[in-house]
Amino acid sequence: MSEKEIGKGRTLTFEILKYTPSDPESKPHFATYRLEETPGMTLFIALNMIREEQDPDLSFDFVCRAGICGSCGMMVNGKPLLACRTLTKDYPKGVIRLMPMPAFELLKDLSVNTGRWMNGMSKRVESWIHRSKERDISVLEERVEPEIAERTFELDRCIECGICVASCATALMRHDFVGAVGLNRIARFYVDPHDERSDEDFYELIGDDNGIFGCMALMACEDHCPKKLPLQEKIAFMRRKMASIK
Amino acid sequence: MKIQYCDALVVGGGLAGLRVAVATKEKGLSTIVLSLVPVKRSHSAAAQGGMQASLANSVMGYGDNEDVHFADTVKGSDWGCDQEVARMFVTTAPKAIRELAQWGVPWTRISGGPREVVINTERTTIEEADGAHGLINARDFGGTKKWRTCYTSDATGHTMLYGVANRAIRDDVDIRDRKEVLSLIHKGSRCYGAVVRDLVSGELEAYVAKATCIATGGWGRIYRTTTNAVICEGTGQAAALETGIATLGNPEAVQFHPTPIVPSGILLTEGCRGDGGVLRDVDGHRFMPDYEPEKKDLASRDVVSRRMMQHIRAGKGVPSPFGDHLWLDISILGREHIEKHLRDVQEIARIFNGIDPADEGPKGWLPVRPAQHYSMGGIRTKATGESPTLSGLFSCGEAACWDLHGFNRLGGNSVAETVVSGMIVGSYMSEYCMNNEADIDTATIEKFVAEQYDYIGEILSRPVGEENIFAIKQRMKDIMDEKVGIFRDGETLYGAVEELRELLQRSSKAGVRLKSRGANPELCEVYRVPRMLKIAISVAYAAMLRTESRGAHFREDHPERDDLHWLKRTIVKWTDPQSTLPHIGFESLDIMKMEMPPGFRGYGRKGMTVEHPLSRKRQEEVDTLRARMELEGRDRFEIQDALMHFELPENYKEKNERFGVGYE
Repeated sequence: MSEKEIGKGRTLTFEILKYTPSDPESKPHFATYRLEETPGMTLFIALNMIREEQDPDLSFDFVCRAGICGSCGMMVNGKPLLACRTLTKDYPKGVIRLMPMPAFELLKDLSVNTGRWMNGMSKRVESWIHRSKERDISVLEERVEPEIAERTFELDRCIECGICVASCATALMRHDFVGAVGLNRIARFYVDPHDERSDEDFYELIGDDNGIFGCMALMACEDHCPKKLPLQEKIAFMRRKMASIK
Repeated sequence: MKIQYCDALVVGGGLAGLRVAVATKEKGLSTIVLSLVPVKRSHSAAAQGGMQASLANSVMGYGDNEDVHFADTVKGSDWGCDQEVARMFVTTAPKAIRELAQWGVPWTRISGGPREVVINTERTTIEEADGAHGLINARDFGGTKKWRTCYTSDATGHTMLYGVANRAIRDDVDIRDRKEVLSLIHKGSRCYGAVVRDLVSGELEAYVAKATCIATGGWGRIYRTTTNAVICEGTGQAAALETGIATLGNPEAVQFHPTPIVPSGILLTEGCRGDGGVLRDVDGHRFMPDYEPEKKDLASRDVVSRRMMQHIRAGKGVPSPFGDHLWLDISILGREHIEKHLRDVQEIARIFNGIDPADEGPKGWLPVRPAQHYSMGGIRTKATGESPTLSGLFSCGEAACWDLHGFNRLGGNSVAETVVSGMIVGSYMSEYCMNNEADIDTATIEKFVAEQYDYIGEILSRPVGEENIFAIKQRMKDIMDEKVGIFRDGETLYGAVEELRELLQRSSKAGVRLKSRGANPELCEVYRVPRMLKIAISVAYAAMLRTESRGAHFREDHPERDDLHWLKRTIVKWTDPQSTLPHIGFESLDIMKMEMPPGFRGYGRKGMTVEHPLSRKRQEEVDTLRARMELEGRDRFEIQDALMHFELPENYKEKNERFGVGYE
């Protein structure tokens, strides 16, 4: 980055939805803030500056600020994105409108309850290894084909940020839809040789309109997934498997 | 008043806390986990490179076992660690990793046959045994004799966290997020739970438990430049310190990681160098071999970070608007390797710096500079994880000073510690819950809740404008970066302590603009920052008092490691709540009980140690005993037991099977 680039930046305009549902006095409205852009500015940096200098009451969620933990999904000019790795320089007009992700319970301003949603999803798809017998941990581990381990890892990379749910038309219409995140989780355990569940077992969990048959294949989940998970391919694969269950 | 009762209360939902909760729940104890954030968002997820466990499956790990892992860990700690704890740890680590494999962590596996790797910037082919095909693989890391760091690409912490969290969900552990502990409930020298604030409603609740475990991670956010997540503010440790009974150990032992990216401070894993990446200076020169001919770029983190700063001071840094930095070159590993094994590194570099590290030559080099990364110190515990002074209070993971790491932690030993200590401490804590009752009167509980209720009321009643909490916090971070960093000296540290004390006083005058007890971000800052300042003061004050250099604690005015006077653990107690300074004492480490008496680490500066006469005496004793027992045909386990006996709960002391050598 040159010295020139680090000079005085543009003035950005942020329009941010403010609302505290638990407060009967509170009405949803957009608050406007102006901020001088700095080099490499992310929404993480910008929102913290706004809170420190202009609005100490503004609520949002960040944890790792590195795109790893999945805390900071929000609607940025209409698209669901991880705010921590969204750079302000990518908005040439300098106007950025932030809203909380839909489909989740709104806690306050940009903060939504993805935790509760994901916990419910984890229980619904029984997001854990099912096996009848545990192995002695002092003996050599069970062998796994390297390629199978890699395929499992590929699907295990999901960070439960909720962006696929916020992008999903089915999820907005059917509040019980398990979402791409839940279907991907099933696909993940389907590949994992440690898991002993059969096709029938998985059908019991997702073989309905709130599960694998609810997907309308609009593909916005995959378009927006920050981890670039192969969601459509996996959903299609699981649907074929589930549809063939008699 | 809302009171929740349970047997085991776990504060913190990262790897350590969740593993403790799984252990207590397994024993049939009612268990509640409290977390600031949904637990799968914990900072454990950010651990990239891997977990050390001496499985020795890979050809580059042959000959590895508990003994080698133990020696690496003790040397890494610069002899500051508790060697019994280190033994407990290395014996359990292989079991932890095998347990996690069954819980769904998709460890990267070995492919039998030839494999191309980069060693010392040369492409080399190694041959994995066909018999090892499908077993858990390992990569090289700093300060280790063998390739011992097991991994899932560079998202190891993420997959481990999901594995353990999913296990906790399976076991129906009661997990409650967006809950913050404000204080610990205690009477006499016994802890009975915590006063907790709901971060959505602002409501205060008492959680009463037979035993309480603090597993809230590190306190990196007292520094300005840190790899730590924004929630790593040390408030869990502060709650323990504010009891006036529980203590902190070695707060001055702060690790600075060599390769966070500039300017965001986001970590680039040690796996970059473990897999063969190198550091370069302004001239593109690979400088680490000049300083560390043996371990080169893979000396321990304290040594590499200091050498980097030394090199920058010598004028070899790369100037930038964000200060001088050095380069990390992983382009030599090739695109295929990077896109498979260092994916998050590539993603971070692309998004935050617009650099693709797989691009060949200087174009792909990444700007790096050491920054705060890890707190070796924390809540002082016994080997069981319990506070030696406040019964019923346990702690594990980075939040604790169990004292596995002494004055420098090895890469790959932190996520390993989280799950291993979770298993061990979880077991001891269960035992405690079974043998003790929560025999506390409601008047005492009410007193603790009322104290916090009144404190928040007092904050809300303060006038606005006299002090700004954000400014105080920023100043604290600046002081820690500038005066309590990699290079330290007495006078500067004294200045730091004095100014931090003044900030602590000023922080009690900071008001909030929104006068609400409900969700109120500024209110959180106002009650958190004074607690962070107490931690910061403990770090700076302990650093000032320790007039030697050991591991990551480096004093330019006392550059020698002084075993004669300083083979001691720092113990901090904050007895007077009105004081701006804690009481600091020291406990001696007993050389005559060490399995491995102090010596040279094998890297870092030679001849810079003031030796303790007992070191030689104990070494002779160890050598004689070992020679005699070897003659008698005793095996390594019998010899180890004779040198330094240690205990482990459950079946964790059983021998670990290894590929090709069985239980040897």
